[in-house]
Amino acid sequence: MKEVISAKTVWQAPELQANAQRRGREFDVSQLFVYASGLVILFYVLCALAPQWVAPYEPTLMMTDKILSPPSSTHWFGTDYFGRDVFSLTVYGSRDSLFIGVASVLVGGLFGGALGAFSGYIGGIVDTILMRFIDIVMTIPGILLALAIAAALGPHLFNIILAVAISAIPGYARVMRGQIMSIKSRPFITASRSIGTPHRTIILRHVLPHSWSPLLVMATIGLGSSILIGSGLSFLGLGIIKEIPDWGALLSQGRGYLTVAWWICTFPGLAITLFVLSVNLIGDQLRDMLDPKTSRGR
Amino acid sequence: MCKRFLGRILASIVVVFGALVFVFCILYLLPGDPVLSILDPATATPEMIENMRKELGLDQPFHIQFGNYFAGILQGDFGTSLVNSDPVLPKILLHFPATLALTLASTIFSAVIGIVLGVLSAIHRNSWIDIVARLVGLFGISMPTFWSGILLILIFSVYLGWFPAMGSDGFMSLILPSLALGFVGAGFIVRMVRNSMLEVIHEHFIVTLRSKGLSEKAVMYRHALRNALIPAITIIGIHIGDLLAGTVIIETVFSRQGIGRVIADAIMARDLPVVQGVIFFSAIVYVVVNLLVDLSYSLVDPRVRRAS
Repeated sequence: MKEVISAKTVWQAPELQANAQRRGREFDVSQLFVYASGLVILFYVLCALAPQWVAPYEPTLMMTDKILSPPSSTHWFGTDYFGRDVFSLTVYGSRDSLFIGVASVLVGGLFGGALGAFSGYIGGIVDTILMRFIDIVMTIPGILLALAIAAALGPHLFNIILAVAISAIPGYARVMRGQIMSIKSRPFITASRSIGTPHRTIILRHVLPHSWSPLLVMATIGLGSSILIGSGLSFLGLGIIKEIPDWGALLSQGRGYLTVAWWICTFPGLAITLFVLSVNLIGDQLRDMLDPKTSRGR
Repeated sequence: MCKRFLGRILASIVVVFGALVFVFCILYLLPGDPVLSILDPATATPEMIENMRKELGLDQPFHIQFGNYFAGILQGDFGTSLVNSDPVLPKILLHFPATLALTLASTIFSAVIGIVLGVLSAIHRNSWIDIVARLVGLFGISMPTFWSGILLILIFSVYLGWFPAMGSDGFMSLILPSLALGFVGAGFIVRMVRNSMLEVIHEHFIVTLRSKGLSEKAVMYRHALRNALIPAITIIGIHIGDLLAGTVIIETVFSRQGIGRVIADAIMARDLPVVQGVIFFSAIVYVVVNLLVDLSYSLVDPRVRRAS
């Protein structure tokens, strides 16, 4: 690659050459990763929807003769201190973890997006007040806000979703507002307004279709961080107390057995990482495809 | 210049006040009776509950409660803990140094790793160092800190025995938690620096510099890097502000006595004044760090300096 950025090739349009080389070389590797991530996500969705098809054991089945046995061909991820199969627990745990992630992104994205769109389109004093309010909410770190809300509302699935969603709203609102503002000032909107199109039609027909893509990218990457925050909350003990623990609770339970059974913490953590990693890879790819500014640079 | 700084400081004060109102409102509006979390509902008589409520001033209307709280804040009184009647601010200040040390150590780690890897990977695109940098970036933002912390404990404390697994005294106990926390920041910074370097490299002024025969090193490190650093500074600032929150999990994993632990314990005990105090305190830290970041732009970027 070095020759591309050396002084000699300045006259030979290095950008074009770089692009050509890049396309040729990056296609196989990063495209492959993106497809692999898609498969991984599909597998997780299958785990969440139909865990009984994937898990070899019932997650609540306690095999008292196999307490704390290390990973083997019969128990891929080993067993825990009750003799439960860690792989089955991880598969069943995906249900709550994924649900929290997806639901909180939907709630946060819809409310944040609507707030940002409204604020950006109206402009003026309403916009100023709303944005100052967003500034204020942003000074409180997301996880602290989520912690306080989850603690006050009590350990319930919907409260966790609400807590994670509220902490994500400011980010979505800002992105959406920026996008709406830049589209609002384009000539085709002015033209449309000058012929008397009502605001509602302008927003729904002209502005929104042009502004959803950054929100989509942000929601994809936000799914990863929502799952991290959600499982962090349940790791801290604010999650749902159930017979089948979600990923964060699974790790928190395994932490007490770290010196005797490394597998209880290691595999569920790996499961979280692999999922979030796949979601982020897809998010990166989406951004490259949808955002012309970054696709030039990357 | 001076006028702009003053304006920024004034705006920050308004934001801090807004954060105070916001935190107070949220905790006021949320359901759940703090009195019932101190007194055992099974044994407490209605009179006891009523007396406790009077004692804490919870029978007053909202604006009086807020007024009292705000007057206290102005005098440096963040209220007292419901659990053991300790004043809140001294408790925060007592545990702040441990959290600050962790925050600074992990920020230094993530900034160094992030900037060096980000720059190298942009310059040597598609080389092995680029692959390493992209992996660090992806894993950094994808690994939950409680897991990476546990892995570090497993490897370096349980198996190798090099570092203590818990506690907050001494330099050695600082290393593993700041690695775990810094890795997240490193992930964000690598991605940011790499992207902005790649964007800058394609700017026209870089072509101009090359065509006038400047050495590649000078072009990259003296000109491109400077322009790429601005987004990096922003993200480092956001991370310092947010790290106080990130420490909630890491301090639990490593059993460190910082303010992250203080708020985690307070939340479990439903000790509202402490929760309120810590959240407000971290909002102040966030605003101050952001102010410093804003001011530092003018040091790095002459365009900002001239504009003001």
